[in-house]
Amino acid sequence: MSAHDRHEAVAGPIWTPFFKVVALIVGITVVLMARRFTLGLGSSTALSDGYPWGLWIAFDVVTGTALGCGGYAMALLVYIFNRGKYHPMVRPALLTSALGYTTAAVAIHLDVGRPLYLYKIPVSPMWWNLNSALLEVAVCVMTYIVVLWLEISPAFFEKWERGPDGFFKKLANTFHPIIDKIMVPLMALGLLLPTMHQSSLGALMLLGGKKVHGLWHTPLLPGLYLLSCVGMGYAVVAFESILSSRTYKRPRETRMLASLAGVTGWVVLIFSGIRLVDIVLRGKAALIFQPTIQSLFFLVEMAAFVVGGLMLVMPAFRNTAAGQFQSAMLVIFAGTLYRIDTYLVAYNPGPNWHYFPSVPEMLITVGVIGLEILAYVVIVKTFPILRGATPAQAAS
Amino acid sequence: MDSPKRNEPRSKLFEDRGVDRRDFIRVCTMAAVAVGLPASVGVKWAEAAAKGLKPSVIWLHFQECTGCTESLLRTSHPALAELILDLVSLDYHETLFAAAGYQIEDALKSAMAANAGKYICVVEGAIPTKDKGIYCKIGGRTAIDILNDVAGKAGAIIAIGSCASFGGIPAADPNPTGATGAPQILAGKTVVTLPGCPANPYNFLGTALQYATFGTLPALDDKGRPRFAYGRVIHEDCPRRPHFDAGQFVQQFGDEGHRNGWCLYKMGCKGPVTHANCSLQPFCEVPGAWPIGIGHPCFGCTEQATAFRIPLHTTVEIEHPTPPDTYPPIKADHGRISPVAAGVGGLIAGALVGAGVVASRKLAAEAEKEE
Repeated sequence: MSAHDRHEAVAGPIWTPFFKVVALIVGITVVLMARRFTLGLGSSTALSDGYPWGLWIAFDVVTGTALGCGGYAMALLVYIFNRGKYHPMVRPALLTSALGYTTAAVAIHLDVGRPLYLYKIPVSPMWWNLNSALLEVAVCVMTYIVVLWLEISPAFFEKWERGPDGFFKKLANTFHPIIDKIMVPLMALGLLLPTMHQSSLGALMLLGGKKVHGLWHTPLLPGLYLLSCVGMGYAVVAFESILSSRTYKRPRETRMLASLAGVTGWVVLIFSGIRLVDIVLRGKAALIFQPTIQSLFFLVEMAAFVVGGLMLVMPAFRNTAAGQFQSAMLVIFAGTLYRIDTYLVAYNPGPNWHYFPSVPEMLITVGVIGLEILAYVVIVKTFPILRGATPAQAAS
Repeated sequence: MDSPKRNEPRSKLFEDRGVDRRDFIRVCTMAAVAVGLPASVGVKWAEAAAKGLKPSVIWLHFQECTGCTESLLRTSHPALAELILDLVSLDYHETLFAAAGYQIEDALKSAMAANAGKYICVVEGAIPTKDKGIYCKIGGRTAIDILNDVAGKAGAIIAIGSCASFGGIPAADPNPTGATGAPQILAGKTVVTLPGCPANPYNFLGTALQYATFGTLPALDDKGRPRFAYGRVIHEDCPRRPHFDAGQFVQQFGDEGHRNGWCLYKMGCKGPVTHANCSLQPFCEVPGAWPIGIGHPCFGCTEQATAFRIPLHTTVEIEHPTPPDTYPPIKADHGRISPVAAGVGGLIAGALVGAGVVASRKLAAEAEKEE
């Protein structure tokens, strides 16, 4: 990335007590994952013919990639809207994105019936069904994961270049100039791909037709998914920035986050507005007030969106770290619920079908997220990702 | 397969007519497959024909419209030319023979004498019995006499069409000539009946060629009909069956349901009681070339009790009322919500909310301190 930002690896040992606890949880879930791979989906999950997509798709993949949209959202802001002041936040955002998407890729291997055949998707374009929204998601996500790791790769190269002679140094010396040269098209690709597949994730449930509750099913689903993933992306950037600066005793980015919060707030409020107007125009408003579980979830979801959005635009909240943190959590919660609702709560495959994730499903999800946290900790403590402990201006 | 033996007399014949042995075997194989026999049977036919072991066929016409012969003329796999020239030896057929008068009657006598006990006797048309059978005479002999004579020395007897099988149209009320089918005249003999108006030519070819190849007849039902073709009712394999199951019926010709190809049961379709393979084996390889295929109710031509007796638009009782197998059960629970899982889910959600609240409180406290 550009030379005017100073990124530094976080000092300190990797094996902290927190790290050990998370590693233990991950270790336990690895056993559960082994069980799923040896005994099959039926042994571990509550999935059925009516609900072939459960927690792993609704949360790990659909929500996980949306939470990994920080990189996309920040790149949109910095490179498309030319807000260069946010540039220091791009690299951490890209790391969370890369980890989020990689986690989703791990989760999809757990979820599909025959994960060994997933490799056939990239190697057999001659057999692609180009009318499939699912193919679009698969190909885009696969490509985007590669693009994300390439985008973040300068952070690794910077470390290896200064390191001892050897394979990694050679690797860095060879590829760093190449990556720098192709960074602009890479960034462009990194903006295009999520635009495609995040909207396709909405399109998947648009294809669900009457199986999806009227409060969620709308022709605008692809657009709403895109808009909400941008809002969630910003919220995750703020959330991660606040937590990491507190944990690693870095300077807070409260002022930068405050102006980012304005952007996030308006994105979320516009999303909520479009959604409510769409529901009214489609004549589905009466569904909100029916005593169903769906309307309850809808109300909770919309309340979180609207309250989170309002907090983000109100100076009283957006200028304090706690306010930023709370509003970011609300937006993340709302966006997560929106996705889980569309895929599970609003989804009704027919009478008498029930689904609630089984204990192994939930624990494996926890483990997958734990794995993501471990990777994050290791990477930020090894490579220059976060903004330096000394302010950039002072260093330059 | 053996390599072609060009020096065999039959092979010479092919060359004379410009027919390759390979082409001939292909024709035989296609014929075998078209009538539902294994392709290897076609090779056997070809070999039998090459040795000159073609079955002799004597074809009798009585009270009929020649529709069965006409439809047989229009088969193309095998075409009739191939059939009569290559696969069977057609020794007597009033419609197809150039000869007439004493000449053709001599042909009949000599064929019967030469192949006594081996030839296939095909009967087309009903036989009048009233007034000693005087209503149908050929060469001075009544139909009853001819049939008893020819069938008596035959190896196999096939009654083609509804008329020969049970009387058909000539036997319809009031039946002025006392017409009846061949099985009724030839009581005690095995008569393969191939009812149908006309009979599907492939059902005839399958039966005739099986006899020609193996010397056996197909399994028959109690009315002498080959089970391979008449084992199931039209209704069971009807392409419009889903509309019957869904309750979508044509109410009158030209209505919306009729234009959309719905079930013709209420229009008097006899499919539910009619044993035939019309929907599975199209006439002369033309898909949809059968009554229901062109939007007309089946009139039950293969059933003595139905054809020419029950009015065209009268509905019939369903013979095998089978329920559709695709309806889901009225109440079946799929998937179960485990209380433990719900508890664990609640714990995880609670822990997340709790952690969020604690973290934001700490943040607020620290921010206050800094100020």
